[in-house]
Amino acid sequence: MIDTPGKGAVISGLGISQIGRRTGISHLDNTLAASREAIADAGLTPADIDGITTMGDTPIAEAAQALGIEPSYRGGGISSGGLISPVMSAALAVCEGRARHVLIYRTIQMMGGDMISNAGHAPAAPEDSGFVDLAKSMGGIDEVIAANSFSAVNWLAMHCRRHMHLYGTTKEQLGWLAINSRRNAGLNPKAVYRDPMTMADYLAARMVSTPLGLFDCDVPVDGSIAVVVSAPEYAADCPKPAVRVEAVGTSPGDGGWFRRPDYPKMASADAGAELWRRTDLKPTDLDIAELYDGFTYLTLVWLEALGVCGAGEAGPFIEGAKRIALDGELPLNTYGGQLSAGRMHGYWVLHEACVQLRGEAGERQVAGSPEVAAVAVGGGPIAGCLLLTR
Amino acid sequence: MTQPAIQPATERMLPTLTDLNRPYWTGGADGQLHVQYCDACSNWMLPPVATCPGCGGVPQFRPVSGRGTVFTYTTNHQPFHPKIPPPNLIAVVTLAEQDDLRVMTNLINCAEDDISVGDDVVVRFENHGEVYYPVFEPAEAGK
Repeated sequence: MIDTPGKGAVISGLGISQIGRRTGISHLDNTLAASREAIADAGLTPADIDGITTMGDTPIAEAAQALGIEPSYRGGGISSGGLISPVMSAALAVCEGRARHVLIYRTIQMMGGDMISNAGHAPAAPEDSGFVDLAKSMGGIDEVIAANSFSAVNWLAMHCRRHMHLYGTTKEQLGWLAINSRRNAGLNPKAVYRDPMTMADYLAARMVSTPLGLFDCDVPVDGSIAVVVSAPEYAADCPKPAVRVEAVGTSPGDGGWFRRPDYPKMASADAGAELWRRTDLKPTDLDIAELYDGFTYLTLVWLEALGVCGAGEAGPFIEGAKRIALDGELPLNTYGGQLSAGRMHGYWVLHEACVQLRGEAGERQVAGSPEVAAVAVGGGPIAGCLLLTR
Repeated sequence: MTQPAIQPATERMLPTLTDLNRPYWTGGADGQLHVQYCDACSNWMLPPVATCPGCGGVPQFRPVSGRGTVFTYTTNHQPFHPKIPPPNLIAVVTLAEQDDLRVMTNLINCAEDDISVGDDVVVRFENHGEVYYPVFEPAEAGK
């Protein structure tokens, strides 16, 4: 076993703003709401926070000034841990003594998944924001765009088609992921879409990029999620049950969107393998799984990448949504996922894993005091995952 | 119900041409697709690179047969670009020369119901100024 960077870091505070579609609430206001909640939840005040990492949506300087924080440690942006790289950076920083309490936030405003609208509408990021253009991190993106293929839905639909061809995975199997998420969203007051969904509803949705339809796609929302990552020794003082980072998994993203030798595998395969090399725990030790679902198919991919299922076996595993239900062998996306709760771009899976490990999930709390959670984020050449324990 | 065959696109967001990629994107002017090959490694490679990742040598562009097989595909139905109306048939094609030599492209003169993974396709070119963009159609369509 290779000891993991960031192992033992404590996720001490959790915060989540109002989540909704076109709320009219500003980026900064949502960031502040989530951040203040997370800092208080950790039993801290802004003066205790000495680091901030972020993907850069709300610039660090702006958030820090409004919160009254003077962060000596700043970091973030996307790296080999994908969208949750800022969490990994923070975990490393507190374990190395470069910071004691690091605030991480992710704030979203109705972000979609296509290159045209994101390129046209995204504000230019200030220098210190840690923002790295997602497109630049995607190898071979010029060739992808030239094929009039503008969205992740197209790129992932092609992975999905290949998976169906190789393994017999079906559209209905994907549907069970959407139905499971909607069922869980019904128990989450913050979730955007909470009305029950049937297989007939799922199959009747308009096609977006074959074989993926509207209910295979996540729901753009406004909102912010924040967490505080603290040094390992803070576990004793933390007012809430301490959730610890056990291991992290990352990927260099080689092969881009369509040239991995093992296509339709993705960067998630590298991240999942790295995660398990860094712990004595095994996939069978997982009590819950919060796996990215920008599209239904990505959750299926993460189940295989994390070794919960063998290659090609995730379709039968999710069929019927019994094993993945709240009372099943591996409760999955217990808050409703990005598919139904809302597209918080990889941060709601993290938030929910911690809520469940603390036993604070209310009506949707998984029974039996879950102790080990997988959090996985990303698709295509971008992937990062965390193993969390209580 | 037969799906209408998808026609060549009239609009594309094409890459900026550079000394490195120009032979690939403009080479179709002679009716052939041109791809880099390293003699020392006996290896075809995409996208264009300055030096061969295997040996550090300088790979040379050569015409390929233009034949390939459908590796995977999707029909896009979402109007992402105001000048590019759906549906459009996006695919990854494996070129016949080497089993890991893949291009992302569009399929034309066919619809999704007409094709399957593994089908034989041949290259055609769409002319956009200096660029000859390689698209593919079912191999039997040209007979």
